[in-house]
Amino acid sequence: MSTVLLLVITGLGLGALYFLVASGLSLIYGLMGVLNFAHGAFLTIAAFLGWEVGRRVSDGTWWGLLLSALVGMIVGAIVAAATEYFLIRRLYERHIEQALVTVGLSLASVALFEGIWGTDPIYTAKPDWLTQTTEILGAKIPNDRFLLIACAALVLGGIVLFLRRTRYGLIIRAGVENRSMVTALGIDVRRSFTLVFAIGGAAAGLGGVLASVYYGYVSAHLGSVLLIFAFIVTVIGGLGSLTGAAIASVLVAVLQQFANFYLGGTGDLVVVIALAAVLLVRPRGLMGKVA
Amino acid sequence: MSAPILVVEGLHGRIAGQQVVEDVSFEVPASGVTALLGRNGVGKTSTIKSILGLIDRTGDVRLGGERIDRLPTHRIVQRGVGYVPEDREVFGSLSVAENLRLAERDDRPRRELIERLFPDIHARRAQRAGTLSGGQQQMVSLARALVNENRLLLVDEPTKGLAPRIVDEVAAALAEAAKTVPILLVEQNLHVIRKLAERVVVLSGGRVVFSGSAADLLDDEARIQRYLGVATDESAHDAVPAASIDITEELR
Repeated sequence: MSTVLLLVITGLGLGALYFLVASGLSLIYGLMGVLNFAHGAFLTIAAFLGWEVGRRVSDGTWWGLLLSALVGMIVGAIVAAATEYFLIRRLYERHIEQALVTVGLSLASVALFEGIWGTDPIYTAKPDWLTQTTEILGAKIPNDRFLLIACAALVLGGIVLFLRRTRYGLIIRAGVENRSMVTALGIDVRRSFTLVFAIGGAAAGLGGVLASVYYGYVSAHLGSVLLIFAFIVTVIGGLGSLTGAAIASVLVAVLQQFANFYLGGTGDLVVVIALAAVLLVRPRGLMGKVA
Repeated sequence: MSAPILVVEGLHGRIAGQQVVEDVSFEVPASGVTALLGRNGVGKTSTIKSILGLIDRTGDVRLGGERIDRLPTHRIVQRGVGYVPEDREVFGSLSVAENLRLAERDDRPRRELIERLFPDIHARRAQRAGTLSGGQQQMVSLARALVNENRLLLVDEPTKGLAPRIVDEVAAALAEAAKTVPILLVEQNLHVIRKLAERVVVLSGGRVVFSGSAADLLDDEARIQRYLGVATDESAHDAVPAASIDITEELR
């Protein structure tokens, strides 16, 4: 029982990370039809700069972590918005060029980060409580899982509130459904594009800082690793569906944990098989709209 | 006579590299309803979309004397052009109220007018638009265009696929709207055209082949047959649109 509980909560923590990356990917694809392969770069730069600021101000403390998270979100938002404004905006409806540019940016950024911070992982300090465990029903749960789950829940709630309660949220929801009709109502939908990139970048930035807490290090490849699973989550959840991304994040991560434990470390393989099964049985994903 | 609100000259439109509107020129007077007619596939909807910039286009399009053919769609709409698309295109996942709120551009949206014209829609404002009937969705689509004070309405096949009773309601709403704003109307139902339109522009093969008063066309059986491929039959309430005849012709 305690093992199952540990696997579930660890899965939820990892799922929280996947969701923080996948939420932006899903919104960006839903509104703009852009598969953003550069999303992992937003996460990595945010993780590095968040760590740089946090460790200089107050390394290994809650204050330092909070500052890292804030810096990570701001950096993620700015870099993502700049990417949309300077690169993607000229390439809407040109999907091959979008893929080439975002893949290129992703590869170039990894090389850049390796040039600045080196190729080896840099181990990070975190507040003492996050290094400890809490016993629940006999299972010793690492405390950082609770932080990850709480942050992802806050981000999910915040994005849902934004989408439901603000005019920009209304425009984004309508734009996901029918972008040209939004334009035909006299709305400059491109402004929303930049905003969605910024929101996605901020979530990924927070994900980057929390990933450094979860893994205990930052590295130039942090974003690339998480991006693969975030894409899988986005496809399984249904491209463009935030709720789908949230549900799929949890399902994929928990499945991964169980497979790793009970099936001899085959978590990644099982996730890929799950992706293939969903694509065969329900190509639009769990919550995606019919094409 | 006042200057036309819309002047279209040498308009060409393309979809995926294919010419769908070819050298179309016509004017829309500053009041009343002008019907844009033609058989299926002649480019009526594409002409409307070209004017709005929803498809690639070239040519000279002026709204109230100002050139709008180089403006993006949202800027054209912001200059006072309301659009009711073919197939309604309501946002199905949004509520009726959200559909209307999204369309509101003016500081003082005309909510009372919408409530008066479409009481059924007002009563269903919390309902998701995707769950409405086709007629109700058409009302939402019309309401989105009428909620702002526009200088011109572009209305594309508003009665398509609707029951006769709903057709009458839509026609009544358009007649009410036409009292305050000129309308360019794409419509297949000759009964509705006879009821609403003062002028008609007929397209064939992507070009204008007739432009003049509605009475001149509608009272001339031979012209109707030639341009639209349909015979008028007032006694049958004219619910038979040109489209159904076209389909038969295409099957031959």
